[in-house]
Amino acid sequence: MNLNHLTLKNALDLVAKKQVTVEEINHDVDKEIAKVNDKLNIYLTLNPEKNSSDQDKPLKGLPIAVKDNFCTKNLRTTASSTLLDNFIPQFDATVVTKLKNAGGHIVGKTNMDAWAHGSSTETSQYGRTLNPRNTDHLPGGSSGGSAAAVASDTCLAALGTETAGSIRQPAAWCGVVGLKPTYGRVSRFGIVSMASSTDSPGPITKTVEDSAILFNLIAGADPRDGTTSTDQVPDLTKSLNKSIKGLKIGVIYLDLPGLEKIKAIYEQELKIFETLGAKVEFAKAMDPKDAISVYTIVQRGEVSSNLGRYTGIRYGFDRSHFGAEAKRRIMLGTYTLSKGYADQYYTLAQKVRTLFIQDYQRLFSQYDVLVAPTSPGFAKKIGATKGEAMFGELEDMLVEASSLSGFPGLNVPCFRDEKTNLYLGLNVMAPMWREDLVVQVGDAFEKNTKWNSWRQEQ
Amino acid sequence: MTKNTNTSYTLVCGLEIHAELKTQSKMFCSCKNDPFHAQQPNIYTCPVCLGMPGGLPVANKKAIDWTIKLGLALNCQINLFSKFDRKHYFYPDLPKGYQISQYDIPFCENGYIETSEGRVGIRRIHLEEDTGKLLHKEIDGKKVSLIDFNRGGVPLVEVVTEPDIKSANQAKEYGKKLRQILRYLDIADCDMEQGGMRLEANISLADQPDTLPNYKVEVKNINSFRYMEQAINFEVDRQAEILDKHETPIQETRGFNPNTAKTFSQRIKEDAQDYRYFPDPDLAPIHFTQAQIDTLQANLPELPEELIKRWHDQFQIETKYADQLIISQDKSKWWQELFELAVKLEVKPNDLVKAVINKKFVVDYQQPIATIIANYQKENQTDSLDESELSDVITQVINQNPNEVSAYQAGKIALLNFFIGQVMRKLGKKVEMTRVKTLIEKALS
Amino acid sequence: MPNKITTAQVDHIAKLANIPVSSQEKEQLAQDFTTTLDAITNLQKIDVRGVEPTHQVTGLENIFREDEVKEEYMFTQDQALANGENTSQGYFVVGRIIDES
Repeated sequence: MNLNHLTLKNALDLVAKKQVTVEEINHDVDKEIAKVNDKLNIYLTLNPEKNSSDQDKPLKGLPIAVKDNFCTKNLRTTASSTLLDNFIPQFDATVVTKLKNAGGHIVGKTNMDAWAHGSSTETSQYGRTLNPRNTDHLPGGSSGGSAAAVASDTCLAALGTETAGSIRQPAAWCGVVGLKPTYGRVSRFGIVSMASSTDSPGPITKTVEDSAILFNLIAGADPRDGTTSTDQVPDLTKSLNKSIKGLKIGVIYLDLPGLEKIKAIYEQELKIFETLGAKVEFAKAMDPKDAISVYTIVQRGEVSSNLGRYTGIRYGFDRSHFGAEAKRRIMLGTYTLSKGYADQYYTLAQKVRTLFIQDYQRLFSQYDVLVAPTSPGFAKKIGATKGEAMFGELEDMLVEASSLSGFPGLNVPCFRDEKTNLYLGLNVMAPMWREDLVVQVGDAFEKNTKWNSWRQEQ
Repeated sequence: MTKNTNTSYTLVCGLEIHAELKTQSKMFCSCKNDPFHAQQPNIYTCPVCLGMPGGLPVANKKAIDWTIKLGLALNCQINLFSKFDRKHYFYPDLPKGYQISQYDIPFCENGYIETSEGRVGIRRIHLEEDTGKLLHKEIDGKKVSLIDFNRGGVPLVEVVTEPDIKSANQAKEYGKKLRQILRYLDIADCDMEQGGMRLEANISLADQPDTLPNYKVEVKNINSFRYMEQAINFEVDRQAEILDKHETPIQETRGFNPNTAKTFSQRIKEDAQDYRYFPDPDLAPIHFTQAQIDTLQANLPELPEELIKRWHDQFQIETKYADQLIISQDKSKWWQELFELAVKLEVKPNDLVKAVINKKFVVDYQQPIATIIANYQKENQTDSLDESELSDVITQVINQNPNEVSAYQAGKIALLNFFIGQVMRKLGKKVEMTRVKTLIEKALS
Repeated sequence: MPNKITTAQVDHIAKLANIPVSSQEKEQLAQDFTTTLDAITNLQKIDVRGVEPTHQVTGLENIFREDEVKEEYMFTQDQALANGENTSQGYFVVGRIIDES
């Protein structure tokens, strides 16, 4: 078997038992990259340093892909924008430091929607990434490169970021696991800021267990990020293989218009929860369409502000290098915040945000976790996003409210279409700081269904 | 009020003063705060203050505490809930494209400073970060601007007054008192030449007292109190001339040229007015308890105003002298001890102080205060003097100078000094002047 | 409250945002804005009376750092300048900024 097909956990076990070496694994990963990267366009920059392995460290030098919005010292970082085409950071993002200290070997920097503005990876100024499951289709975004890296076995695990769906949605489209931790759980220091009040770095992996392993290594308070919490970080591996008997699961959004085609599939797949002893009920949440509006205003306002530092004076090139989507968002954000409108749009959006938070608190007082479809449908075909200014938002509709509110969510693959080889994903959500619950439920689902493509290999 | 006009206008002036706080580290990052002594440009920077991707601010607690202290010292109300906001504009010395400042909920509001011409209200005091520094040079024949970010991110406190200032003199007095307090609290050095303290004046003229004019002119980049006085005086004349013609001065920002002592028009940056303020999502809001504020209040040192008054009441130190002595808390403590000892040793503190300030007595601050007082006593010892010896000498002098006596008695009272001088010379001893003067006056009347 | 954005408004916003836009882009942007703003009007129908805005979902307050210099976080001069297109003798260089006469 090609060693790049291993899950992170399996690789760690085999290396510990000395049945394979890290060098062999890295070699197979590199071979696969050489084979597919030109076509799939997953990696923008490969790490010239090979095999920075350390057997004593938790990750033993195993290959991890990193989204290109994490600053990596001496390794080019572009956020998929030509504005940063020549940017070589002189420092590591905190999460990158943690990854390195844990013995993770950075394979390379993965493609994304430029500046994380999108849900398809088509706004990358370095060309789109293709969905490894079906190359006529898109991988989703903005962490499309990282999700594709996992799906194509050109790494053992990956890091992405989510502002509103950018981990979970590409994970759903690529048929992999994606964990968006609670906002404030993982440091944003050194990551190109998009919407400061919702950006959450997190793992994209082959299995729920792999996400738990990575989460443990990257989560925790950072004195350089004043929005991180000093709450004790749970050991998520303790939530694996845990019975979900008696848990109350609320199903939301399944009745929304536009989901008719997939509703039956979800209803079928959700039955496993009851088989496992959980109580499943349909519940009503606030209309997620309103979340689109809130998110649009909040995100674009914050983004327009966060992108003000890119002027080409201290690094990168001048502002004429922004792509069309970036320009659009900066312009709308500037307009939203400008005189006379800040109150109308921005403050109003933040108030509606409060209503969403209150709505979810109400739901979580009744249910331990909530589940919903991650995306309104399968991965879209290439070219689907042309000419639609709101494309990103509509695609993220189902995950936006949870991103805005800050609580954690996990995508697990929950269906595969045999004809297209495309996947649907289940979004498992829990209250603030309860990643343990999403892992518990997600892991139960993964281990008791057949949708995880790596489990089948075992 | 103004000189060249027939109508009398009232000056309506408010000041905005920025002072750099002398914390060890910058406002939102752990870089060294020492821009004035940096040997090289761009040596005190990091991802945060250089505006790198992913740089995030974390607030310096000491800078906040000091701002509250300043507010309490200036009689302000402290907002128990406060936050930082982003103020957006583009300029090469502003790395993030926004300055972290405070918009609608500053730390301190509604205070005042008393001056000899009345109370100057303080509208607000807020905390923000400083920008980098621009230098204008020519490289290879091309005009360029060089940017040094050592100063970028240094904590800056901004004190904004109400438009209560009625004269250039009052503006100067206010500025000096504010500087004294900042230095006395030991939170800022206020070196104006380096830019450690910067002045901006909003100046307009009202044709009726107690009305607000419908325009104001902002004068920026004033870096001394003398220039501020000149700028205000120039503006008053310039605006009066315009108003006399029944026109309204343009609402604009002007600079000050110290070489000509005139203000000049700068580019009117209308777009720059839209700062698109919103609360900085990277910085958690600040919530004080009243107990915390009370503790800070209790820990305030005795402030210059109070100290001047107390020294006057306790030791009869004249206000103008006390003002010059009050530089820092350490120095004030030292003087206090000296005054107390002086009283014990029957030396008048005000006399000693006056001698020091008039440079008639030199103090070696390294010496113990007992030694200093002893030295003073020695230098100013008055010889013992026989009453009769004094009368004799006075009589002699009067007899020897009949012309001067007549002139004096005819009204030239300034000649008293002449007689005093003659008597002193004849005596050849150090005597108490007032005693001599009194006796001479008596003898001449 | 207008929902139709004119190219003149786009111009003004472009200046504020310091973004260069071609006249083609302006037309397209004006359209995009209008479409997007229409979606936003929907928010104003929601009852937000008595609702406070959420700026921080974590509820964190009073996050500070001690006043200490941390050399390990600082850049050397070389590192600070490493990515500057135009530097000279330790400074970043830009075209002359005209602001004082």
